[in-house]
Amino acid sequence: MADFLISSSGVFVLGALFLIGALGPLFFFVTRLGSESFAGQWSYALSILGSLLGLGIAGAVIFLGQGIAFDAGAITAFVPFSLRVDALSAFFLGVISLIALAASLYAIVYQEHFRGRYSLGMLGGVYSIFVASMMFVVMANHALTFLFFWEVMSLSSYLLVVYEHREKANRRAGLLYLIMMHISMAFILLAFLLAFSAAGSMNFDVWRANLSSVATPLTAALILSAALTGLGIKAGMVPLHIWLPEAHPAAPSHVSALMSGVMIKTAIFMLVRFFFDFLPGSSLWWGIVIIAFGVASSILGVLYALSEHDIKRLLAFHSVENIGIILLGIGSAIVFSASGAPGFAPIALAAALFHTVNHAIFKALLFLGAGSVVVATGTRNMEEYGGLLKVLPYTGAFFLVGSLAIAAFPPLNGFASEWLTFQVLFAGLASPITSVKLVFLFAIAGLALTGGLAAAAFVKAFGITFLARSRAHNKTACVHEAPPLMLVSMGMLATLAVAFGTFAIPISRALVGIAASVGHTTAHLSFPTGKLIASPVNIAGMVPLATVFLAAILVAALAVGLVFWATRRNKVVYGATWSCGTPITPRTEITATSFSRSLMVIFKGMLRPTKQVSVAYHDEVSRYSVKSSAISVGFFDPYRAHFYTPIENALIFIASRVKRIQGGNVNVYVVYVFATVLALLTFATLI
Amino acid sequence: MFHLLQKIIATPRTTVPASWLGAGEVATIGKPFREEVRRLFSGSLSIRVVSAGSSNAEEQELTALSNSYYDIERFGIRFVASPRHADMLMVTGPVSVNMAEALRQTYAAMPTPKLVVAVGDGAIDGSVFRGSYAVHDSVADIVPVDFSIPGDPPSPKIILASLLKVLRDRR
Amino acid sequence: MILFLIQLTLVPLLSPLLVGVIRSMKARMQSRIGASMFQPYLDLLKLFRKDEIISRDASWISLAGPYIVFIISVLVPLGVPLLTVSAPTLSFPGLAAPLTLAPLGDFIVIVYLMALGAFFLALLGMDAGGGFGGFGASREMMVAALTEGGLFFALLSAALAGGSMTTFVIAGRVSELPLISYTPLIIGFSAFFIALLAENKRFPVDNPATHLELTMIHEALLLEYSGKRLALLEWAGANNLFIFIALGANLFFPWGIAAGESVAPAALLIALIALSGKALIALGAIAFIESVIAKLRIFRVPDLLFTSFVLGMIAVGIIIA
Repeated sequence: MADFLISSSGVFVLGALFLIGALGPLFFFVTRLGSESFAGQWSYALSILGSLLGLGIAGAVIFLGQGIAFDAGAITAFVPFSLRVDALSAFFLGVISLIALAASLYAIVYQEHFRGRYSLGMLGGVYSIFVASMMFVVMANHALTFLFFWEVMSLSSYLLVVYEHREKANRRAGLLYLIMMHISMAFILLAFLLAFSAAGSMNFDVWRANLSSVATPLTAALILSAALTGLGIKAGMVPLHIWLPEAHPAAPSHVSALMSGVMIKTAIFMLVRFFFDFLPGSSLWWGIVIIAFGVASSILGVLYALSEHDIKRLLAFHSVENIGIILLGIGSAIVFSASGAPGFAPIALAAALFHTVNHAIFKALLFLGAGSVVVATGTRNMEEYGGLLKVLPYTGAFFLVGSLAIAAFPPLNGFASEWLTFQVLFAGLASPITSVKLVFLFAIAGLALTGGLAAAAFVKAFGITFLARSRAHNKTACVHEAPPLMLVSMGMLATLAVAFGTFAIPISRALVGIAASVGHTTAHLSFPTGKLIASPVNIAGMVPLATVFLAAILVAALAVGLVFWATRRNKVVYGATWSCGTPITPRTEITATSFSRSLMVIFKGMLRPTKQVSVAYHDEVSRYSVKSSAISVGFFDPYRAHFYTPIENALIFIASRVKRIQGGNVNVYVVYVFATVLALLTFATLI
Repeated sequence: MFHLLQKIIATPRTTVPASWLGAGEVATIGKPFREEVRRLFSGSLSIRVVSAGSSNAEEQELTALSNSYYDIERFGIRFVASPRHADMLMVTGPVSVNMAEALRQTYAAMPTPKLVVAVGDGAIDGSVFRGSYAVHDSVADIVPVDFSIPGDPPSPKIILASLLKVLRDRR
Repeated sequence: MILFLIQLTLVPLLSPLLVGVIRSMKARMQSRIGASMFQPYLDLLKLFRKDEIISRDASWISLAGPYIVFIISVLVPLGVPLLTVSAPTLSFPGLAAPLTLAPLGDFIVIVYLMALGAFFLALLGMDAGGGFGGFGASREMMVAALTEGGLFFALLSAALAGGSMTTFVIAGRVSELPLISYTPLIIGFSAFFIALLAENKRFPVDNPATHLELTMIHEALLLEYSGKRLALLEWAGANNLFIFIALGANLFFPWGIAAGESVAPAALLIALIALSGKALIALGAIAFIESVIAKLRIFRVPDLLFTSFVLGMIAVGIIIA
C-alpha cells in the first residue's frame, strides 16, 4: 500500500479519479442516464475518493520521507509533463485534499440549492477539474506543466464564479476575476521566461540546481519582482486584492471555501518555491518588502472586513488579512536566512505553513457555515439576519468555533499559528541591524492590532447573524437547519480546528522538518543570542495548549459544580427583553453597520468613509417638512481611484493612439508586411 | 488640581449619624413582608426608581439620598439602572396613562423576590392630580405595592428612616 | 498542589475586597462614609440567592456565557505570579510527574485568554437584542481591540527585560535587575496602567457607577442579567481587576515575592503583605483618578489607547536598541 502511495502510479490514479469525476456528468448528460442530482453526486463522490487518496499520498511522502518524481519528457518531447512531490508539495497536497474532502462532502447535499435553476452536473464536473488542477499545480516540476494547470485552475474557477450567471453582479465579478488572473499569469510567465533565459531550461530541477549561480543580480531581482507581483495578485496581497472580495462571494459556498482556503495558498506555495528553492540567498530587503506587504494586508484586510455587511465579502476580506499574516512568516524567513541566522529560517517558514493549514481549516469552516446560513435565509445581507442560533443550532455552534479560531483564541489552531508567528517576529527583534529591528517592531505592532480587530469583526459576524431576534423584513423564508451531511463536514473541520490547536506541538515540529527540507537549510545556529527572549529550543517547542485545555476543563468543572449546587433552589423565569419600557421592534437591535461604525470612525484616515444623503420634501419650494430621506454610507476605494483607473486610462490612451495603424486598407497592410520583412532581413544580416 | 486636592483634604465629613434619622419613629403604611425577604435585603438592597408622571419633587429628594449628608450607600443600599439588577422598585407620581405600560414592564422585568414602594402622596392616592383623565390615581392599581412612604414630597430623612425601619426592624 | 489551590482560590476570594476598597476610598474623598469594604461580598451573596429572569430572545450563549467569562477569570490567575515565582503544579494519581501549569503563564496566552473573556462578554451584550447591549458590545470591542496593542507591548517590554515569555520567570528575573535598566519598565508600566484602566471599566475610559446607558461601555453588557449569572459577571469583573493589578505589581515591581521553589508559609505571608501593599497603592491611584478627572468622550478614548500603544512601543524600542 505504501509503495503504491509513493509511486507515480498513485498520482496518476489521483488524476484519473478526478477525470472520471469530471467526465461522468458529461456522460450522463449525453446518455440521459440518471437524474441531475446523481450526476453531481457522482462527481463529489469521486472527489471524496480522490481527496482521501491525496491525503494518503501526502502522508506517505511526509512520513516515509520519500518523494515522488515523474518526467514524461522522454515519451512526449514537445509537451513537457513533469511532476515532483517533495515534502513541501506533499504538505500543500495534504491541505488541498483535506479541504476538498470537507467541501465535497458538503456539496453532495448543498447542490440541491441550485436544482432547477442551474445545471448540477456542470457544477460537479467543473468542481472536479478545479480540485484536480489545484493538486497538480503543487506537484508540477516544469514551468509549462505548471502554467498549464494554473490556467486550468483559473478557467475552472472562473466558470464556478459565474455559475449563477443570471445575476449581473456575478458576471461582473467573474470578468474582473478573469482579467486579474490573466494579469497574474502574465507576470508569472515573465518570471519564468527570465529564468529560462538565464538557466536555459524550463525544468524546475535545473533551476533548483543552477539558477542562483547563473542569474545575474539584476535578472534575479527582476524574476523575483515579477513572481511577487504575479503571485501577489493570486494570493490577494494588498493592493492587488481587488478581485478577491468580488469573486469569492459570487461562487457557490463550497467553491468559495476552496478558493479562499486553498486556491490562494497555491500562490503562497509558488512564492516559497521562488524564494527558497530556485533563488535562495536573496537579499535581506526582499524579506523586509514582503513583511511590509504582510503588515499592510493584515491591517487593511481586517479593517475592510469590519466595514462589510455581506457575510461572504466579510470572510473574503479576512482571507486578505490572513494572507498578510502568512507573508509575515515568509518575509521573516527570508530575513533570517539572509542575515546570518539560517537556523531560524525553517521555524519562520514553519509558522507560515502552519498558518496556511490553519487558515484553510477555519476559513473553509466559516464559508461552509455561511453557505448554510445563506441557503436557510435566502440572502447574503447580514442586516437581514438575527436570531438564527435558535433555528440553526449546529451551524451556529460550528460557526462559533470557526470565529474563535480565526480570532486566535487559545486553545484553537489560529492561536497556535499566531503564537508561532509572534515568536518568529520576537526573534527578529534581536537582529543586529537597527532598521530591521524597527521593521520587526512595527510588524509585531501590526499583528497585535490585527488580532484585536479580528476579534471585534467576529463578534459582529457571529453576533449579528446568530444572536438576538430576526431583523428580516419579510419573514416568508422557511428557515430550517442544514441537512446532516452538511453538518458532518462542518463538524469535521471544527474538530480539526480544536485538534490542530491542542496538538500544535507535534504538528509544528513536523512543519519545521518540512520547512527545513525546502531550501536545504541546516540546523546550525549562528545567531547572537544576546537579547533574545525565546531560546531556539523554546520556539520549536510551543506552548502545550493541551495543558491550557486540561486546566480550563478542570476549573470549569469545579466552578460550575459549585455554583449549581449553591443556587439549586433558585428559579429561572423567561421574560421579555428589557427595553426601558418601550415596545420592542426589529429596529431595536444593533445592526452590522452601526456595530462597526465606532471603529470605522477611528480609522477614517485609512478608510475614508463616504456618506450620501438624499432627502425628499413634501414641498420642494419651501423645503420645510421631509417626506423621506435615504442615507447611503460607503468607503472610498483608493485602489481603483489611484492605482487601477490611472493604469486603465493610460492603456486606453496608448491603445487609441496605436489603433490608427489599422486603417482598414489592405494595401497598407501589405506595405507593413513588406517593410517588416525588409527590416528583419537587414537586421539578421547585420548581426 | 491642587486646589481640588486641598478641598478634598480640608472638607470635613458631613454625613449625619444613623441615630439622628430616627428610624423607630417613622410610620410606614403597608403589609409586613416575609422574614426571609427582609433578611435577604438587609445587608444589600438595589433600588430602581420609576418616575410615573410625578412632579419631580420626589425625584429631587431621592437624588439627595446619595449625597454626602444622607449617604444612603453606607447602609448597603444603592440605586441601579436596570430593573433586572433591582430588588426594590420605587415609584413616584400618580401613574400617568402613558407610563402605565412602562411601569408594568419594569415590574415584570424584575426578578423575584421583589418589593414595590410608592413614594410620595401622588403615588399613594394621586394627591392634587386625583381624578384627572390623564392619570390612574394610585400605583397600587398598576402594580402590587408592598409599602408606601407618605409626604408631598417626603424628605430624604423620612424616606431613609422608612427604608431602614422596614429592613432592619424585626416584627 | 497546594500552590495550585492557593492560586485558584486567592483571586476569587479577595477580588470583591479590592472593589470595596476602591469604593471606600472614593467615598472618603467625597466627605462621606460610604459602604464598608466588605459590601461587595454582601451584594454577591444577595445576588446568588435571588431568582433570575432570562430574555426569551436569548440563546444558550446567555445561559453559558456568564460561566465561561467567570471560568476564564479564574483560569488566568493560575498563570500569574501572585505570591511565588514557581508555577503551580497538578498531581494526579496516575501521572508520573506533576503537570506544571507554567504554560498558562506565557504572556501571549494571558493576553488572548483575557481577550476571549471580552469576546464572550460582548456576545452576552448582543444576545438579548436590546439596544443598550448591542451598543455596549460595539464600544466594548472597540476599546478591547485598541487596548490589546498597548497591553501586549507593555507585557512584551517586561518579557524582554526578564528574558522569558513566562510571567513566573519574568518576575524572578526582574527583581534582580539593576536600577538603571528600570527606565523602559517604568514606561512599559505606564502603558500597562492605561490598559488596566481601559479593560476594567475605570475612568477615564468608562464609568462603573453610571446610570446613563449612553455613557456605559462595560455596564451596558450586564443590563439583561440577574441573579446568579449577574453575580458571576460582577465577580469576574472584580477578578479581572485583581489579575491586572497582580500582573502590574509582580511583573514590573516584583520585590517581596517569594523566590525559588519554596512554599514556606513565612515567605508566602511576606509575599501576600507585599502584594497587598502594592495593590493598595494601585487602588489608591485608581480611586484618586476617579475622583479628580472626568471621563473622556468616547471618541477621545482611542487617543488615550493609542498613547498606551506608543508608550509600549517606546519601551520595547529602548530595550532592544
